[in-house]
Amino acid sequence: MRFVDEFRDPKLARTLIQRLHQRAAHLPFSAEKPMQIMEVCGGHTHAIFKFGLDKLLPPQLEFIHGPGCPVCVLPMGRIDACCEIAAHDGVIFCTFGDALRVPGKQGSLLQARERGADVRVVYSPLDALKLARENPQSQVVFFALGFETTLPVTAVTLQQARREGLNNFTVFCQHISLMPTLRSLLQQDDVRIDAFLAPGHVSMVTGTAPYHFINEEFGKPLVISGFEPLDMLQSVLMLVEQVCEASCKTENQYRRVVPQEGNLLAQEAMREVFTLSGSSEWRGLGIIEDSGISLSRAYATFDAEIRFRPQAQPVADDPRSRCGEVLTGRCKPHECPLFGTGCTPHNAFGALMVSSEGACAAWYQYRHQETAAQERTTEGVGQDE
Amino acid sequence: MSEHKEVVTMAHGSGGRAMQQMIERLFLSAFDNPWLSEREDAARLSIAHLSAQGDRLAFTTDSYVIDPVFFPGGNIGKLAVCGTANDLAVSGATPAYLSCGFILEEGLPLEDLHKIVNAMAQTAREAGIAIVTGDTKVVQRGAADKIFINTTGIGVIPADVRWAACHIQAGDKVIVSGTLGDHGATILNLREQLGMTLEVESDCAVLAPMIAPVRALSGIRALRDATRGGVNAILHEFSAASGFGICIDETAIPVKPAVRGICELLGLEPLNFANEGKLVVVVSAQEENAVLKLLRSHPLGADAATIGEVTENPRVCLRGALGVSRQLMLPHAEPLPRIC
Repeated sequence: MRFVDEFRDPKLARTLIQRLHQRAAHLPFSAEKPMQIMEVCGGHTHAIFKFGLDKLLPPQLEFIHGPGCPVCVLPMGRIDACCEIAAHDGVIFCTFGDALRVPGKQGSLLQARERGADVRVVYSPLDALKLARENPQSQVVFFALGFETTLPVTAVTLQQARREGLNNFTVFCQHISLMPTLRSLLQQDDVRIDAFLAPGHVSMVTGTAPYHFINEEFGKPLVISGFEPLDMLQSVLMLVEQVCEASCKTENQYRRVVPQEGNLLAQEAMREVFTLSGSSEWRGLGIIEDSGISLSRAYATFDAEIRFRPQAQPVADDPRSRCGEVLTGRCKPHECPLFGTGCTPHNAFGALMVSSEGACAAWYQYRHQETAAQERTTEGVGQDE
Repeated sequence: MSEHKEVVTMAHGSGGRAMQQMIERLFLSAFDNPWLSEREDAARLSIAHLSAQGDRLAFTTDSYVIDPVFFPGGNIGKLAVCGTANDLAVSGATPAYLSCGFILEEGLPLEDLHKIVNAMAQTAREAGIAIVTGDTKVVQRGAADKIFINTTGIGVIPADVRWAACHIQAGDKVIVSGTLGDHGATILNLREQLGMTLEVESDCAVLAPMIAPVRALSGIRALRDATRGGVNAILHEFSAASGFGICIDETAIPVKPAVRGICELLGLEPLNFANEGKLVVVVSAQEENAVLKLLRSHPLGADAATIGEVTENPRVCLRGALGVSRQLMLPHAEPLPRIC
């Protein structure tokens, strides 16, 4: 298939892997203390596990899975607020599919639907807008979430709703901004990140400039990467070359999609419709300054929180869970005490286990039995304390 | 009101004249066979006729509740015949008789019902299957989604056919009869109104004629049709029943470009998509080529391919194009498309 197979060519992949092994020998890192590369985006996490990229890396390199899956960082209380809004009579609550099973304290949106709420899966906010046009007697609410990747389409949808004067359409805005999160990660003392693979789709909107602080203030190299195996292997090689050459800059591997200046039309739409709303709560990461996004004053009439006023529902995470540590690379998914027992894809405690882009779900799907087998082997030879 | 705008009413399920007329004009006329025409409470089937074909009956049932009811490549009626006939055929049986039970929603256009029933009749006739008994219920608008169909089937298994997943052995080959995910992708595109122009349609078909010659081969261990849950589910069933693992090669899996495309876009796996006209066959390594040859000689099996083999290690694995194997797990529920 064109535009896919070219980026999965095994022969080219072997060449890149060979080159990575050669260059990694020159890195100031070892198998015991590998260079930790954080892939920020859940799409990258998924690709790493799907194609087994981590198994192809030299031992001096290690992926750590970042907080870039918007579903994974949803606080439980926000899901509870969604369920509360969805339970109103006459509300059609629209959500992306992968938010449907994320657990709140009072259950998931899927469970809300089982209890009688009209919850529908849509593929775009424009689908929700269409529902609002077709159902003038209902209040249609779109659960807007995601980083700069999905912000523009929500913005364009709201511009359209405003032009049409629709008064039965609102969005429950849980959009978040990526850059403050990266800053927050780097400001934490005990987080060790040596380099970043930056998300291609966010960058397509933002351009490359917003990442410069990572090089300039924190001295970390960063490469904006596509999502196919060759994209990611090439991006890792670019990071390795930077470290070998002791340079530190933002590079753009995904130039076929990401323009230097980003998407100016999308940026303009976002500026009109949204405003940074100060701090925002992230699941597993706590409160992060300047990371929350809300509707601008001109669009306040489309704000579901103003129209339905759900109760604020701060919900503390289970102290046993290590979602935040997984999201910041402090531990691997299977090192969490709930992994595979209290928290499985069938009965997820945390969103990292629900979303197909979540590090825990990916680990569970692709690695769980390997881990279990290794543990059994270790127990068998009496090395386990 | 002109005839084509007529709809199913509660009277059609009343047992009265409207119902009798519908049975006579629609079902008896379309299915047209001596057993049904007797109009008794049960079809009376000759044991001697059945026992001449084999030494065991295969008996299966399934219900069909698909949305949308009409789709490229078929409709719920064709699906209801193919699905049950295929469940019989993969157990080694020659499908012989079907029953069908209809639950109709008040307001269903009679024209739609005609199309569905005619598709059932044509599909059954072409496959040499008789629909010999049936039942119709009408429920109030909103109590069902247009039409639900249950079909139950009886077939006969020849004495020398002993297929079962417990016979699978390490070293056996795993073969699929054609491209995977055609039905699932077609339905997803329509049901979710994705609006994609897909050059693919449902593979809904009766597989019995393609399976019949395969029964002569001695090395067949087990057959399944890869419906809901797709090939992934079948591989797990085979693994669990036999105690062996299965490793398949991603590059060997036949998938149409359109199906790959929809999977790439939505983050889904063709291995998990439903098929309604595809077989998974496990066969001894010695008979692999013979099976492939037989399948490929039938139009429904033109794209048949070996996708992997049975392993000692009791896990289901997928070997990717880059040479890394990963374990295939069954999704807990229907996979959901990703946000971005």
